[in-house]
Amino acid sequence: MEKIKIKIDNIEVEVSKGTTIYQAAKMVGVDIPVLCYLNLEHLNIESRPGGCRICVVEVEGRRNLAPSCSTECTPGMVIHTHNLRVMNARKTVLELILSDHPKECLTCSSSGQCDLQTLSQKMGIREIHAVEHAEMSTYRKDFSPALKRDMDKCIMCRRCETICNDVQTVGALSAVNRGFMAVVAPAFEQDLVDSPCTFCGQCVAVCPTGALTPYDDTQKVLRALADPAKTVIVQTAPAVRAALGEEFGLEPGTLVTGKMVAALRSLGFDKVFDTDFAADLTIMEEGAELLGRLTKFLNGDKDVKLPILTSCCPAWVNFFEEYYPSMLDIPSTARSPQQMFGSIAKNYYTQILGVKREDLVVVSVMPCLAKKYECQREEFSTDGNPDVDFSISTRELASLIKSCNMNFDLLPEEDFDQPLGESTGAGVIFGVTGGVIEAAVRTAYELHTGKKLEKVDFHELRGLEGIRMASIDFGGININIGIAHQLGNARKLLDGIRAGMYNFHAIEIMACPGGCIGGAGQPLHHGDSSVIKARSEAIYREDSQKKIRKSHENPYIIKLYEEYLGHPMSEKAHHLLHTHYFEKNKF
Amino acid sequence: MAQYKMHLLVCGGTGCRASESEQIVENLKSEIKNLGLENDAQVVTTGCFGFCEKGPIVKVIPDNTFYTQVKKEDCEEIIREHVLKGRKVNRLLYEDPETQKHIEDSKHMGFYQKQMRIALRNCGFIDPENIDEYIARDGYAALGKVISEMTPEAAVELLKKSGLRGRGGGGFPTGLKWEIAAKNKADQKYVVCNADEGDPGAFMDRSILEGDPHSVIEAMAICGYCIGATKGIVYIRAEYPLAIKRLKVAARQARQYGLLGENILGSDFEFDIELRYGAGAFVCGEETALIHSMEGLRGEPTVKPPFPAEKGYLGKPTNVNNVETFANVPAIYLKGPEWYSSIGTERSKGTKVFALAGKINNVGLIEVPMGITLREVIYEIGGGIKDGKKFKAVQTGGPSGGCLTEKHLDTPIDFDNLLAAGSMMGSGGMIVMDEDDCMVSVAKFYLEFTVEESCGKCAPCRVGNKRLHEMLEKITSGKGVPEDIEYLKNLSRVIKDTSLCGLGQTSPNPVLSTIENFYDEYLAHVTERVCPAGSCKALKLYTIIADKCTGCTACVRACPVDAITGEKRQPHVIDAEKCIRCGACYEKCKFTAIHVQ
Repeated sequence: MEKIKIKIDNIEVEVSKGTTIYQAAKMVGVDIPVLCYLNLEHLNIESRPGGCRICVVEVEGRRNLAPSCSTECTPGMVIHTHNLRVMNARKTVLELILSDHPKECLTCSSSGQCDLQTLSQKMGIREIHAVEHAEMSTYRKDFSPALKRDMDKCIMCRRCETICNDVQTVGALSAVNRGFMAVVAPAFEQDLVDSPCTFCGQCVAVCPTGALTPYDDTQKVLRALADPAKTVIVQTAPAVRAALGEEFGLEPGTLVTGKMVAALRSLGFDKVFDTDFAADLTIMEEGAELLGRLTKFLNGDKDVKLPILTSCCPAWVNFFEEYYPSMLDIPSTARSPQQMFGSIAKNYYTQILGVKREDLVVVSVMPCLAKKYECQREEFSTDGNPDVDFSISTRELASLIKSCNMNFDLLPEEDFDQPLGESTGAGVIFGVTGGVIEAAVRTAYELHTGKKLEKVDFHELRGLEGIRMASIDFGGININIGIAHQLGNARKLLDGIRAGMYNFHAIEIMACPGGCIGGAGQPLHHGDSSVIKARSEAIYREDSQKKIRKSHENPYIIKLYEEYLGHPMSEKAHHLLHTHYFEKNKF
Repeated sequence: MAQYKMHLLVCGGTGCRASESEQIVENLKSEIKNLGLENDAQVVTTGCFGFCEKGPIVKVIPDNTFYTQVKKEDCEEIIREHVLKGRKVNRLLYEDPETQKHIEDSKHMGFYQKQMRIALRNCGFIDPENIDEYIARDGYAALGKVISEMTPEAAVELLKKSGLRGRGGGGFPTGLKWEIAAKNKADQKYVVCNADEGDPGAFMDRSILEGDPHSVIEAMAICGYCIGATKGIVYIRAEYPLAIKRLKVAARQARQYGLLGENILGSDFEFDIELRYGAGAFVCGEETALIHSMEGLRGEPTVKPPFPAEKGYLGKPTNVNNVETFANVPAIYLKGPEWYSSIGTERSKGTKVFALAGKINNVGLIEVPMGITLREVIYEIGGGIKDGKKFKAVQTGGPSGGCLTEKHLDTPIDFDNLLAAGSMMGSGGMIVMDEDDCMVSVAKFYLEFTVEESCGKCAPCRVGNKRLHEMLEKITSGKGVPEDIEYLKNLSRVIKDTSLCGLGQTSPNPVLSTIENFYDEYLAHVTERVCPAGSCKALKLYTIIADKCTGCTACVRACPVDAITGEKRQPHVIDAEKCIRCGACYEKCKFTAIHVQ
């Protein structure tokens, strides 16, 4: 790689050709502030529209200031990152941005999490010089089941646009209007629900302000907890335990399963259950479905639909319903773990408890915003009563714990309740990209070959690469597996299948970067993708520490089938644990 | 082909067509027919003559008689008198405003004497819809010469030697631009003609495309040969229907003649053009925004580098030049780089087309050699300030240019001098202001435009220009304080320093240049709360001169807000708080007793 010598703030440094001034400054210990720039290097996601102009620096010999995020170093460049001209420019530009931003930080849901707020603190903004009663750009607010848009707070960083278009290829958001009224919105400024939005929420995950925030149901949860007539149970998704600690200052990747359970119990939930249990159940159904299709295929049935696609991710389901309506019969019909849990809770567990369906409130804690939408889908309710009543995010659980003044550090380690709290390592790894298919392989292998799996770790299925492919030997037959995370990668894989490029038997798809651990309900990464990597490692750590690591060996799952469901894909299982898909095609 | 004794050239530009020049053509033709003069005289619809102030124009050649403000009823007389009897119709001749004498031929008109037409060489001479007329004036000879006699490298070298700089605003050396695009290797390259002329009041490019579309097509083909591109795209405003029509006609004819398409002039060089329509966003004149717009994306600029010459349309090397730049190219190849570089100043060669407008006698389109002074343009070509008023300022460079004053009048016009004076060449807008113009309001007017046209991508331009405009609004409505001027200066400098593209980097120029050159005027607004030009309505103070007031009560009846009180036959008074500065009392008063400050 060609090397270039430059000088930053009087420090000489040698950088590779193609290095930006921003990156070079980091090498000499200068953190140039940025607002619009986003680089999730572990995930290969970059957004640098060069629009906020906060990261400008002075380059000697250049007429105007240069945006350091998108200006590459050239030989002999002499750069000043904090002289008076630069500091005045940055401060003035930040004041301009703030002059068109609501001053309601005290009550903003992003307060304390807001990059704009942090920056304005860091730069010591104490007043905003502008005309008295300077006009503000205001827009209609937009509420969807998963997220809220309050574009008055939008600073046009365009990160959401990059995520929605370039990363997820959903195309729900783009810049509209011009000049002072320019804003990111769905086409024709229609509501998000009328757009092809999949509610993946990744726009929320990268929004530096309170413009895009989750739809928050915690008040309804608190009201249910306070209602003596209701039994309120909670399920927690695998990815939550690997990230919740971050909200309490713990290192990314710290597992807080036991403390989380204690906190939930302390909040007043009657039972604290684990979505991982339902993940094991998912494997039973999806694994059976995969084996069923495989067997037919191996017996020469040409009409069988292969590859089978996983269907745990609600944003992914929305995505193929919108963009691949002709392929609706390919995904597994198995419901997601959240919904399997809800269905079992409202139909089976109510019988054990002896309570009426409408008196049981099922709350889920999810790393995900699309789950908020998923639990409201009509097909997941009976007589208007949903299987899962409310879905709250990891961040919302953290703020509930904080608002109840619990010292998270001092909480004891507690265990989940039974019977819906027992899970295997296979259920845990659902939280990370490649995990669902690895869990499925562990079970399908043993069921198909009738042999015990010696090595349950399938490293070939792991990692953070966007698209991964592997071939697993199923006792003489090679099963070809595809894995994609982020919807743009899913699109590539699907288009490849349609074009006849691949010969997969099974494909796992997760909408969010890294899988559920990178979900939009998780603690914000603020542009640091190493957080996602740490969470992924934590998930595999939890798996390796589990006594039982294969779903079909979960004793409570076995019991559930014996007592209630019969066998996987039974009529009852079909009724309670499977679903069907609808063509959306809004665009 | 018939040998006509006389040609009647009628302007078919948008301006003159709006004054029924098409009907004039019809009437002239039918009168020629009536009198059986079909073999003697021919009527030709041409492009713009530039003298739009006095349109519609009918020019008779060979004697260069220049008829102005011709009406369709005048046609009979022109044919009967001039064509048939050889007597000029005196009342339609241009009258010199100073001597009040009719000038018989265009060569003696002040408007044309100092002009030098290279880019506009064919405008007003040929029928733009007839390729033969273009060819008759050496059209496509340059293309032929380049293809048959020169290597692409030599052809680029020639253009570099000529010193031609981009006429769209930036002034980047055109030859260098071509060289960069030529050196970048790619399977496909593009030549783009930027015809998204967006400056308010500017119509240089439109006039060229309407009057001489082939010159642009020929130049694009030469550029294609030089940089190795087979595809050309003209990005043109959809609001230019006539230019679009003529470009299409010209391209069709060029294809028929083998001057576009495969095997041009029998060589193995292939080139063709297509049209893309702009939706009227000013920022799409910026080349990266233009390219994004052509790609079907939002028309907004991206950070350079990469420059279009490396990564342009569809990611391929793309050379973008503006219409006027292209229009110069064939002439340079025919007459040589030495000829071209002998015109102009040290670092700005050739000529520049300006759209002359504002408080000036001869509004219109002019082409002058670089190095001419503003004084020559305004007083000799432009015929001085309207209604004998006093010159105050001239704004060059379009909405983001600066306002120059009396002290700049003798500065030779070129890229560098205008920049040094705090303005810029821009694409060639030139608006003259007189003593009645308030310079704060002028700055506000231009900011209004840039606020409207900012794409909103970068914060300083999106919010900063808005804040500048609000501050100017505050000052012109009499609420300003002295510190506001410092605020304007700092904000303007930061916007220039930090904006992403040329729009924001220049939009504060009207503010900075008016503060620089008319500081006292700003000061008067914020300290004495007075508008010296008397143009800011909110700063006008209406009072009644007691000595002159007869107490007739006419003003009381005229006042729509009951701000005037007083006894009959006694001096009246105006309540400044109530007064809305409508001027109704001033109009009504027969005794000049109303004083306006």
